[in-house]
Amino acid sequence: MLDRRETIVADLADLLPPGCLVSDVRGLVPFETDAFIAYRRVPLAVALPETTAQVAAVLKYCSRYGIPVVPRGAGTSLSGGAIPQEDAVVIGLSKMTRILDIDFPNRTATVEAGVTNISISEAVMPEGFFYAPDPSSQLACTIGGNIGMNSGGAHCLKYGVTTNNLLGVKMVLFDGTIIELGGKALDAAGYDLLGLVCGSEGQLGIVTEATVRLLARPEGARPVLFGFSSSEEAGACVAEVIGSGIIPVAIEFMDKPAIGICEAFAKAGYPMDVEALLIVEVEGSEAEMDATLASIIDIARRHGVTTIRESQSATEAALIWKGRKSAFGATGRIADYICMDGTVPLSKLSEVLRKTGEIAARYGLRVANVFHAGDGNMHPLILYNINDPEDAARAEAAGNDILKLCVDAGGCLTGEHGVGIEKRDLMLHQFTQADLNQQMAARAAFDPQWIMNPSKVFPLEGRPTA
Amino acid sequence: MQTSFAPAQLADPQIATSEQILRKCVHCGFCTATCPTYVTLGNELDSPRGRIYLIKDMLENDRPADEEVVTHIDRCLSCLSCMTTCPSGVNYMHLVDHARVHIEKTYERPLGDRLVRAVLAAVLPYPGRFRLALKAAGLGRPFAGLLKRIGPLKPFGTMLDLAPSKVAPASIADTPGTHRVDGLKRGRVAILSGCAQPVLRPEINEATLRLLARLGVEVVVPENAGCCGALVHHMGREEQALEAARRMVDAWLKVKVDGGLDAVIITASGCGTTIKDYGHMLRLDPDYAEKAAEVSALARDITEYLSGLELPVLEKRALTVAYHSACSMQHGQKITMAPKVLLSNAGFTVRDPGEGHLCCGSAGTYNILQPEISTTLKARKIRNIEATKADIIATGNIGCITQIATGTAMPILHTVELLDWAYGGPKPALLETRD
Ligand SMILES: Cc1cc2nc3c(=O)[nH]c(=O)nc-3n(C[C@H](O)[C@H](O)[C@H](O)COP(=O)(O)OP(=O)(O)OC[C@H]3O[C@@H](n4cnc5c(N)ncnc54)[C@H](O)[C@@H]3O)c2cc1C
Ligand code: SF4
Ligand code: SF4
Repeated sequence: MLDRRETIVADLADLLPPGCLVSDVRGLVPFETDAFIAYRRVPLAVALPETTAQVAAVLKYCSRYGIPVVPRGAGTSLSGGAIPQEDAVVIGLSKMTRILDIDFPNRTATVEAGVTNISISEAVMPEGFFYAPDPSSQLACTIGGNIGMNSGGAHCLKYGVTTNNLLGVKMVLFDGTIIELGGKALDAAGYDLLGLVCGSEGQLGIVTEATVRLLARPEGARPVLFGFSSSEEAGACVAEVIGSGIIPVAIEFMDKPAIGICEAFAKAGYPMDVEALLIVEVEGSEAEMDATLASIIDIARRHGVTTIRESQSATEAALIWKGRKSAFGATGRIADYICMDGTVPLSKLSEVLRKTGEIAARYGLRVANVFHAGDGNMHPLILYNINDPEDAARAEAAGNDILKLCVDAGGCLTGEHGVGIEKRDLMLHQFTQADLNQQMAARAAFDPQWIMNPSKVFPLEGRPTA
Repeated sequence: MQTSFAPAQLADPQIATSEQILRKCVHCGFCTATCPTYVTLGNELDSPRGRIYLIKDMLENDRPADEEVVTHIDRCLSCLSCMTTCPSGVNYMHLVDHARVHIEKTYERPLGDRLVRAVLAAVLPYPGRFRLALKAAGLGRPFAGLLKRIGPLKPFGTMLDLAPSKVAPASIADTPGTHRVDGLKRGRVAILSGCAQPVLRPEINEATLRLLARLGVEVVVPENAGCCGALVHHMGREEQALEAARRMVDAWLKVKVDGGLDAVIITASGCGTTIKDYGHMLRLDPDYAEKAAEVSALARDITEYLSGLELPVLEKRALTVAYHSACSMQHGQKITMAPKVLLSNAGFTVRDPGEGHLCCGSAGTYNILQPEISTTLKARKIRNIEATKADIIATGNIGCITQIATGTAMPILHTVELLDWAYGGPKPALLETRD
């Protein structure tokens, strides 16, 4: 493949408008990784098409010559989903950023795949609507990437993740065929292929347009800070709130190191004298919010809550969320990090938090926890020094132990960041080879040539074709 | 991010500083979303994260700059929106400054480009030459269209387009001297008269002098001053920039010796960002490091300084102002509320245009060197400003004033011109035709 590079680049240049192909060796380097920076591979070329037809033309060409393709949105994947391989053409959707249709009566928006998550909410905000799934990276990540990873966010506790808010897609298959799945209506005829596509990490096709559900903004929303003197108490409080049937819009967890990191950037006024903090958001009318809060406060008191602070203004509420959503990025102020993404049953939250701390200590590493507690989606951030190979190896090993801990506690490897490269080899800890074979068969039904983001998700050993 | 510099490389203090900056970036991509060039072009290479990566690769490999790297660094506006967005505190400004110096030292630009840059660097920082050039531009305007059709000469055509049709004569605000106050003296400050601003809009510093005089603040226009060096600094012309910085440091500290100095007042936020960075720029110069840091600490935007003077709250007047926050104001100096509070206290109704974080495309000499991107950004900015349906525009940077004025019929003024008027000064001439 690599010795055919010049021909491939020349052919791709014919298929794309000027300024839409990166082939210069220097220019390719910045595409070698995404937000999972531990792993890097410079691609063969990067195509930045402007239309679905151009995406189709590039895919058709690549399929004809068996060239692997890696779809890329904003490259914010934390599992290496958008990291290329040397013999691959990256297809980046960053030039496809038009909002095509906003249909308020049907409460849908149709957008190109490169539109950022937050732009959808911004576009419909003046009319009192929003798009619910809100990954912390929502400022930058694209709807195409959200579909690729079936992304979630703080407010998904109440509103569900991407798959629960996606109504339809236009998608290009490996050979350039353009298909449409779903539409503006709630349920489409036939198999729920949309459900399969959502979370398929760019392996079933390239999404070029998406139709998503819009929701009406609640009457009011109020984030409240609950401080505890131990992570265990905070964890137990979350389990009891959910167990009692209350569903707040969001319950986010931060431990002491995470609080310090976020406060340094956002100056949100988080209490600095607590060991663990929950951000609980309630919404509705004033009376509804007061009632829900009263029940949550009761439960928190039983778990020894030490500080309760309600946001007093919209600005304060915005800062509280800004701090939380910047947590990973802000961690860069103090160290390099790997972000884990395991889920656990809520009843095991406290135990897993404690054992996570023990694992990190065993490897001599620091860890900061900041995560979506309401749905048991843990994000231990393992802090290390990426310039020190031994430290990096320790961090990776600790990460593997933590993920196995989650699986053994009855949870799974990935809540929302996807398998990508990072968790590829751990899949056998969660699934048997027979399970994986079935999944690979489903994948092959869409991409028999195995050219779509091929080196991700499934362990490199034991593939039917490879 | 991981970096790989050899110990020998890290012995160079510039490299050491850049390495520390690179280490902080976690490659999260947040900054891409608020970068005007990424939003316009949709290519990671034209985003902060992409540029950081290009710079990292170039510096690590100790490589001369090449066309690809230069293309994408040149497209950077230095608007610093990325620094406002970055949760990790990556100092993109110092990194890209370093890259520009590296480019200037190791890359030979095509002849046309070199010519344009040499002319800009030789003319803009010198008010006398600039005034002459503008007068010549008046004669040259009919040739703008022709020049723009000759590839390498295109920027000269753009310059003619941007040149104002009237050139003001030299103003008292740039004549060295002390403007004493009658009655109680509340403070003593030095002012930056600047280079392009006094030629393009002498009214700005004149309004500043009047307003400060009424408020009891003595203002010194120092001897031997001139351009602060920002323009050449952004072109990577390090020696010329540092020379300007040293000259300004001397000029201002002389004012201090002569009779004390509470602040250095700057009425162009583009200059303010650079002057506040003198401490960093001259950190390796043993003779100047300390003095430069002192000047940086004394530097205040005029609105910052006025905020400390507790101006009275005035009655509302029937004039709505769209406040355009210059990038150097909001991102470079993190001054966001002060100008709006001052305007609102002075009786104006203030509106925020949408997408306020995006640059208007002026960015020093950018509108001349990168006319396509600049024009796209200007149109977008004006769309957002006009959507506020305000009567006039206020901003704190001469570059933005010149840029925006060429694209809208709405009058655009410096914040201090409006404040001077509200607090007893004459009505700005631009508004004379309105009631
Ligand atoms: C600081 C930070 C915070 C984060 N917080 C969250 C969070 O709260 N919740 C969460 O779920 N995730 C989070 N993430 C992870 C990441 O932002 C999400 O996975 C996001 O959906 C990726 O979007 P992207 O546009 O960057 O896609 P990319 O990273 O470019 O790609 C992600 C995957 O999708 C595929 N893909 C991209 N575009 C398409 C397309 N058009 N068609 C088909 N496949 C495609 C890629 O091949 C890849 O496998 C966070 C990341 C960072 C850096
Ligand atoms: S936001 Fe900051 S840390 Fe994130 S990629 Fe940009 S510069 Fe790096
Ligand atoms: S300074 Fe402005 S143009 Fe340059 S990378 Fe940062 S945001 Fe983009």
